[in-house]
Amino acid sequence: MAFDYMPYIRQEKMPHMWCPGCGIGTVMKSMIRSFSELEWAPEDIAVVSGIGCTSRLPGYLNVNTLHTTHGRAISFATGIKMHRQDKHVVVISGDGDGSAIGGNHLIHAARRNIDITVIINNNNIYGMTGGQYSPTTPLGAKAATAPYGNLEPSFDLVKLLTGAGASFVARGQVGNGKQVAQLLKKAFEHKGFSFVEIVSNCHTQFGRRNKMADPMNMVNWINDRAVSERKWEKMSDDDRAKHFPVGVLHEDTERPEYCDTYEKLIAKLAEQQSA
Amino acid sequence: MHFEARFSAVGGQGIILAGTIIADAAFLEGLQAAGSPTYTAQVRGGPTKVDVIVDDDAILFPRTSEIDFFLSLATKSYKQFGVDLKPGVPVVIDPNLVEIPKEHEELYTIYRIPIIDLTAKNLGRMVYTSAVALGTMVALTDVVSEESIREALKRRAPKGTEMYNMKALDVGINAAKELHATMA
Amino acid sequence: MTDNGHNVKFWPGNIVVAEAAIAAGCNFFGGYPITPSSEIAHHMSALLPRHGGHFIQMEDEIGAMGSVIGASLAGAKALTATSGPGMSLKLENLGFGYMVEAPCVVVNVMRGGPSTGLPTHPAQADLMQARWGTHGDHPTIAIAPSFHQEIYMETIRAFNLAEQFRMPVILLLDEVLGHLSEGVIPPEPGSFEIINRKMDTGDPKTFLPYNVEKEDVPPFRPYFDGATWHTTGLNHDATGFPTTNPEYIKSDMERHIRKVLGNRDKIDKVEYYMADDAEIGVISFGSTARAAMAAVKKAREAGVKVGMLRPVTVWPFPKDQVYEFGRDKKYLVVPEFNMGQMVYEVERAVHFDRPIKRVNKVGGVPIYPNEILAAIEEVA
Repeated sequence: MAFDYMPYIRQEKMPHMWCPGCGIGTVMKSMIRSFSELEWAPEDIAVVSGIGCTSRLPGYLNVNTLHTTHGRAISFATGIKMHRQDKHVVVISGDGDGSAIGGNHLIHAARRNIDITVIINNNNIYGMTGGQYSPTTPLGAKAATAPYGNLEPSFDLVKLLTGAGASFVARGQVGNGKQVAQLLKKAFEHKGFSFVEIVSNCHTQFGRRNKMADPMNMVNWINDRAVSERKWEKMSDDDRAKHFPVGVLHEDTERPEYCDTYEKLIAKLAEQQSA
Repeated sequence: MHFEARFSAVGGQGIILAGTIIADAAFLEGLQAAGSPTYTAQVRGGPTKVDVIVDDDAILFPRTSEIDFFLSLATKSYKQFGVDLKPGVPVVIDPNLVEIPKEHEELYTIYRIPIIDLTAKNLGRMVYTSAVALGTMVALTDVVSEESIREALKRRAPKGTEMYNMKALDVGINAAKELHATMA
Repeated sequence: MTDNGHNVKFWPGNIVVAEAAIAAGCNFFGGYPITPSSEIAHHMSALLPRHGGHFIQMEDEIGAMGSVIGASLAGAKALTATSGPGMSLKLENLGFGYMVEAPCVVVNVMRGGPSTGLPTHPAQADLMQARWGTHGDHPTIAIAPSFHQEIYMETIRAFNLAEQFRMPVILLLDEVLGHLSEGVIPPEPGSFEIINRKMDTGDPKTFLPYNVEKEDVPPFRPYFDGATWHTTGLNHDATGFPTTNPEYIKSDMERHIRKVLGNRDKIDKVEYYMADDAEIGVISFGSTARAAMAAVKKAREAGVKVGMLRPVTVWPFPKDQVYEFGRDKKYLVVPEFNMGQMVYEVERAVHFDRPIKRVNKVGGVPIYPNEILAAIEEVA
């Protein structure tokens, strides 16, 4: 189906600042596709980001956009959502911004189950600052600050967020843009805290240091490791070490949403006051 | 007129309310009042106190430095907070709970009033301790009138407890008056 | 405070701030527990839902500041409160608030420092932090009231200034004032001025979030109000998008500074005490000013010609008023509950031309009137 992205794009801001072949483009396209399919009006959406390549995304979106401080996007988004609970609030972040410096906000927003969608474009590296290792850089991979290979084990963001209480957790990857759009749409529709990790490519900072300088090499490296949850379930531990599951990996529709709970309190107090 | 009172106890004895009542009574008389309780994070079951300053003019410096009335319900709070008292001022202690240095007998006018026992015997519930304590101050000082204290206490008392609070105040007033008469 | 006594509230300073914030129209509080400011959060958590507003205890101080700015951009009148280490943590996002011009009020109930310092004891050592704490050039409005009735009115004024000039305003209290209870008569609603940010009323499709062609304070439009606008902590132009144009950045920084320094008539506030015919001048702020007033009163009773200036707005520092007050004084006495911060501003204000006696103290025990009286007598 032909698809009109233009209402959601600030055309005058193009060309974008990302490297040719960057995975963030797939993320942005998928976000717009989902907004459009859900018929969300641009003026009813706020997209909030922190610092990094991924966090430059809101600048290209023709919605209410807020480019905040490093790691803190979710806290700003929380204030926006609490004050305007009738509107759609989305946070877009990178793995360093979202899970290192911003890790505390990430787990606590999940715990509260506030109705915000957090998307982490996980390209396993700090791109903008020059290729330093992040909490999701694989053990042994090279980075600007890991010239002999990364010594630190990495986060599994899906497990982290599931454990923290997110009521919707999904993972996609840039080798399958269609699936990414489907997952984002489900996340946006979900009432409560939704989290989508998108495994992505930074061939410039990660690939170049790890023998995948060509974007397609890196996308293939990602795509070849992605398996459905059903396949994942049947895999041996050895096999699992070489793969990651994609799809909706956790969903809980019973967990009360934070803003709803708060509004109920306001209503209850008002009732008591008038009684 | 400038008057400084200090009530001290250990955490849980509920003495802090006395300061609020004195301040409210002062406001009723068109006076100014300021009070500093020990902050809860500083105590955790340890010695607590509340200081109240009453003045007929603006209270500039809000901390006590020359105390006109001191009451203590525990030795450790007496030791920590029994300072900055003016010579000769009335000092009320619960003789069952407080031991004081010998030299203080000369320094201040010591009133030994078994506040905790009196509260238990006459009211049956320890929440009235502060009202009994307040009664002793009413009897031994004239910073605010008995009527104002009664009015302020009534306003702060939870519904249904006004009568008991008035009785507690009387218990304190009478005990202090009787003791004072024997000392005079 | 006669008013037959029934309307007088015996409130700790922290409660006064919360009550006054609600009176000012505050409808969002994002906070994090820290002594000695926590009672503000306690009280806001009880009051806000009763007024249809929102309270949230965030996961940390940084997030609390973020939530406040986010709510502000969505249109809320937002408050946060903290102390010492918490203020240090908030500073990056405070700077973001200046940069994106988000109105909000930040209360710092000062305690001893640096670091964890003295959590349950007062200090006035964050005066310079309030001015220069976050990185980069920016103007600051900070208010330091001394009495509880003044705390009430100045909290409302803090919101008014934040809204009027679209920027964070810092309210400096300290542990003495935060925990001290004192009589307050809350003014009748409607009896005091409430200023709300000027709204853009143009076509949302052509809205420029930082349109400063006509005025130094850009008209505001909350998120979700028809426009789809962008803002960023990067230096930005009228569109809200980043710019690295040196001329634009220079003129914009000048505008930021001008919107405060060019409106000092609306921001400045000083109080005088026994200042007529004074030959010795005392300059002091916040809770210490009360000890200083007590000392001045005693000195006057002893026949010393001494008077006092008390900055209520501490930033921008009232340098002209201090110059006028100080220029003919035989000696100036500057008591402050720190190792010497405001004294630098006083020295500059009087062109380094007047002898100054510092009275400084740290350690958690406030400066007592007698210590200031001794300093006055020494220079008399």
